[in-house]
Amino acid sequence: MNTEVTIAGVKFKNPVMTASGTFGSGMEYSEFVDLSKLGGVVTKGVAKIPWSGNPTPRIAEVSCGMMNAIGLQNPGIDVFIERDIPFLQQYDTNIIVNICGKTIEDYCEVVEKLADIPIQMMEINISCPNVKEGGIAFGQDPKAVEQITKEVKKCAKQPIIMKLSPNVTDIAVMARAAEAGGADAVSLINTLTGMKIDINRRTFAIANKTAGVSGPAIKPIAVRMVYEVAKAVKIPVIGMGGIVTAEDALEFIMAGATAVAVGTANFINPYATRDIIEGMEIFMKEQNVDDIYQLIGCVK
Amino acid sequence: MKEKRKVIITKMERLTADICSMWVEEKQMAEFAKAGQFVSFYSDSAEKILPRPISICEIEKEKGMLHFVFRIVGSGTEEFSKKKAGDTISILGPLGNGFTLEGEHTLLFGGGIGIPPMLELAKGLSVSSKVQVILGYRDSRLFLKEEFEKYAEVFVATEDGSVGVKGNVLDVITSYHLTGDRIFACGPKPMLHAIKIFAQKNGIPAQLSMEERMACGIGACLACVCESKEIDNHSYVKNKRVCKDGPVFFADEIEL
Repeated sequence: MNTEVTIAGVKFKNPVMTASGTFGSGMEYSEFVDLSKLGGVVTKGVAKIPWSGNPTPRIAEVSCGMMNAIGLQNPGIDVFIERDIPFLQQYDTNIIVNICGKTIEDYCEVVEKLADIPIQMMEINISCPNVKEGGIAFGQDPKAVEQITKEVKKCAKQPIIMKLSPNVTDIAVMARAAEAGGADAVSLINTLTGMKIDINRRTFAIANKTAGVSGPAIKPIAVRMVYEVAKAVKIPVIGMGGIVTAEDALEFIMAGATAVAVGTANFINPYATRDIIEGMEIFMKEQNVDDIYQLIGCVK
Repeated sequence: MKEKRKVIITKMERLTADICSMWVEEKQMAEFAKAGQFVSFYSDSAEKILPRPISICEIEKEKGMLHFVFRIVGSGTEEFSKKKAGDTISILGPLGNGFTLEGEHTLLFGGGIGIPPMLELAKGLSVSSKVQVILGYRDSRLFLKEEFEKYAEVFVATEDGSVGVKGNVLDVITSYHLTGDRIFACGPKPMLHAIKIFAQKNGIPAQLSMEERMACGIGACLACVCESKEIDNHSYVKNKRVCKDGPVFFADEIEL
């Protein structure tokens, strides 16, 4: 049975990776899951210098989901290269570094620092809804998406994934812009912008006022968007948004995702990634599927 | 190695209208647990996805039992409150750092649902320290007071003045002129802030147990940070993770 997939020449032993921001650099979750079992670890967004993030509360629960506005707190690329990369190198898994920035120059500076570091791919975060200056500023305008993709591609040695925002009228337009800019793959969806009011305190449940909604509640939207993007572009699509079980992951794969990422589910079940990989294998066995590629995009 | 486990509830009791007591059997967690640590409780409902962090109230290492006392504040704790002896519940822990046991004359402060974690601490400290405990309640619906009396001299403050000193836990200090060589506290932020100032003024080292909204509970998601005095060694900013670096901090470690 083959579960291996290839994205931009990078082989993944299975199509399951972690979603950026939910898994740190894997240190905490390595106490629960053998990271070598994962297709890849997508690390939390890293910028050129440390970012302190948003004020608290940064998190709230909603029905079948949650909202967060962490604000991309991170130690900066220098500490990350010195500490997090060597940690992840101990494991037999692909390392995909998620990068955030406030200007195109910021992104390129981080990308250049990673040029000779043994990582397999980079994911460019142009879709974080929780920071004003960066992230989303690039992700809601197709011209900006194409431009930043081009600039990053110029300075990148490793293949790049552009992470797309669902907070747009037509996500396929953004995916095509990333493809036109030279992206090697696209990943989607980032969180949907939402709001929750604490009626007892008569204020916002989250200090940032708005926050990104994730978890099972957003899964049908994510599956629909993955389907639309997979039809619109030729580059591989990495699907995410509310995947909790193997069945969820398979929906994304059948909708056209070559691989999937597991995010919020890690908070519900720290063994989620492992359970999803095992569940997909069981499904394939039961359904006599000997190659995962028979399932990728099988729903037309 | 931390593990999420389904455990058996051995005893459930309602202490007041909205305060519940739960004993669970879990040998390994009981063996490693320390005063001041917490455990993540998971809902049985797929609708409520995030774990609820609940502090450890008592640890019975030999019997392999853990005691939790929590307030019903939302639908998650409401669900837990309806559990009965013999039911199961999914938990993960013990999490966080816990208190550092030190001092020969210790003052313990517990405010509201910050009271339960001070019980295991009082038990531990009482072996080698004179322990005085100041418990702050809203009104006459007290809980755990008798349990504390086994290990410590207990003072009570109530907001409405129905029992003990009218006011907050610091009003007890003023009324009885209490002092000690170490302070430990858990409770709402304004209380911890006032205790930090009192401790600094009197040159008494204080350990404060902080509360913040959490998601993962294990240090990965960076939801539950509090402002620290020095650069933290995770993100290299001034944000310590309450779930992993805490929940117990020395008063001079954090900004309150």
